Amino acid sequence: MTSHHVAEEPIKKVAIFGGTHGNELTGVFLVKHWLENGAEIQRTGLEVKPLITNPRAVKKCTRYIDCDLNRVFDLENLGKKISEDLPYEVRRAQEINLLFGPKNSEDSYDVIFDLHNTTSNMGCTLILEDSRNDFLIQMFHYVKTSLAPLPCYVYLIEHPSLKYATTRSIAKYPVGIEVGPQPHGVLRADILNQMRKMIKHALDFIHDFNEGKKFPPCAIEVYKIMEKVDYPRNESGEIAAVIHPSLQDQDWKPLHPGDPVFLTLDGKTILLGGNCTVYPVFVNEAAYYEKKEAFAKTTKLTLNAKSIHSSLH
Amino acid sequence: MCSLPVPREPLRRVAVTGGTHGNEMSGVYLARHWLQAPGDLQRPSFSATPVLANPAAAAACRRYMDRDLNQPSPPDDPYEVTRARELNQLLGPKASGQAFDFILDLHNTTANMGTCLIADSAHNVFAMHLCHHLQLQNPELSCRVFLYQQPGEESYAVHSVAKNGIGLELGPQPQGVLRADIFSRMRALVAAALDFIELFNQGVACPAFEVEAYRIAGTVDFPRTKDGDLAGTVHPRLQDRDFEPLQPGAPIFQMFSGEDVLYEGESTVSPVFINEAAYYEKGIAFIQAEKLTFSVPALPSLTPTPTPVP
Repeated sequence: MTSHHVAEEPIKKVAIFGGTHGNELTGVFLVKHWLENGAEIQRTGLEVKPLITNPRAVKKCTRYIDCDLNRVFDLENLGKKISEDLPYEVRRAQEINLLFGPKNSEDSYDVIFDLHNTTSNMGCTLILEDSRNDFLIQMFHYVKTSLAPLPCYVYLIEHPSLKYATTRSIAKYPVGIEVGPQPHGVLRADILNQMRKMIKHALDFIHDFNEGKKFPPCAIEVYKIMEKVDYPRNESGEIAAVIHPSLQDQDWKPLHPGDPVFLTLDGKTILLGGNCTVYPVFVNEAAYYEKKEAFAKTTKLTLNAKSIHSSLH
Repeated sequence: MCSLPVPREPLRRVAVTGGTHGNEMSGVYLARHWLQAPGDLQRPSFSATPVLANPAAAAACRRYMDRDLNQPSPPDDPYEVTRARELNQLLGPKASGQAFDFILDLHNTTANMGTCLIADSAHNVFAMHLCHHLQLQNPELSCRVFLYQQPGEESYAVHSVAKNGIGLELGPQPQGVLRADIFSRMRALVAAALDFIELFNQGVACPAFEVEAYRIAGTVDFPRTKDGDLAGTVHPRLQDRDFEPLQPGAPIFQMFSGEDVLYEGESTVSPVFINEAAYYEKGIAFIQAEKLTFSVPALPSLTPTPTPVP
């Protein structure tokens, strides 16, 4: 008889990372607050450790010092020989990998929450790296249900070439938490309160799971990355068009072929090509201008998770 | 610049400066666009000169390289001090007869300030008439006038290098982001400002009027820990409420531990620049302004002069 549910090991070690990008302030200040007074994030039977991942960038209130910390947790960078010539963030990634990994080993942390903000109008977003992870699909289902009616979207970055080596990827269960819109370098109370709730519900889920609660099969709607779209540029590589006013702030809303996408500085409208409806995300994110991403196209699909419970019960 | 006489000659040398702060994108992109295609800036009696005020900061998409271009200069030579001297050569020298007649300095803010026209004082008759013109041309925009000069203080703003000038401050826009709506609005305001200067140059007179303006009265910092870090942030009931009256006893900050901090000023003020990213390091959570009404005398027309052949 096929097993209809999955028995998972109980969760023991959880980390909450803030300041992976030093100017995304919600995570920075939540983690700093919890380092002083961590009562809010403790749950019985669980070790929850907050960490500022990029302290030098946090101090300068900048995204990074030498390179993006959230892109260097691949095995090649993690394995490079330590030297003063290595970018600061690569050295820091290796330290974090020693403390909370090593990546792909039995000793790595069970769950890592990595806290981010975006200038895009994405609301509360959970980022998933693996479409077949029943535990995380169940967690995300729990968080979405608990937050309702406040919307919470799931962005799936599983893709052969577009998936990137995140700080949280050293954990067995990596969770990206992204809340916007918030300008970089600004701390908004409403965004802080939303992120705080997301973390509370996620920790409650882990605690309930550890206590033996059985979660029945569930399904969640996710938005899977298809392709990144750059700004139109001139011969010198400068941006020649802006996100069109009809697309600005419309993250997650359907975008159809023929809909306006960009407005040139001369006032001409550029329309979406192709032949399918897409769901745009990270629309006009400040940090992505240099990564040549004006927005990302996603496709909507449903992921199913089997029933899960802790193997200790 | 306190009691500036009204111009008695047409304004011929006008500049529009973008990128005084390199991550305030409307001005950066407008300046770059006009340096390639200055057609928008031409009028029958003058052409405005576009200037990218802080090119290194604009290239790096940062507010500044070493120090804020809009601040007083220290004795050593950071990038901005050198650049300020260059701008002074190009657009000034400050307080001399050769200085440009007028500068429009373009800015963005992360605060919800809508369209804000920044002038030194209500005694600046020409600037007040220009602001009034912008308000009348764009009634749907609720342009507000903000007066920044404290009595006895020199102005360090870029536009103070010229004989006269104002700042255009549009928000909310995150640093490093270029929004189409704000970009178009900034462009239209610059066009309307240049139209006003053209009207003045052609001999139009403007009658006296009453202006409602917000004058800086003080600043309030965030609640901080003993290490100087933030201990809380702008309260949800104050966030985005720039220019709305703030009364004593109203909540202004929410601590990370949950409590509210209430406003302890003696009287109602108008808060502006609420939660501006660039002001965290200056120890400012918001600026307290007083809403005042001033009488502005008529702007007399110039003696008509022929339009010069371009």
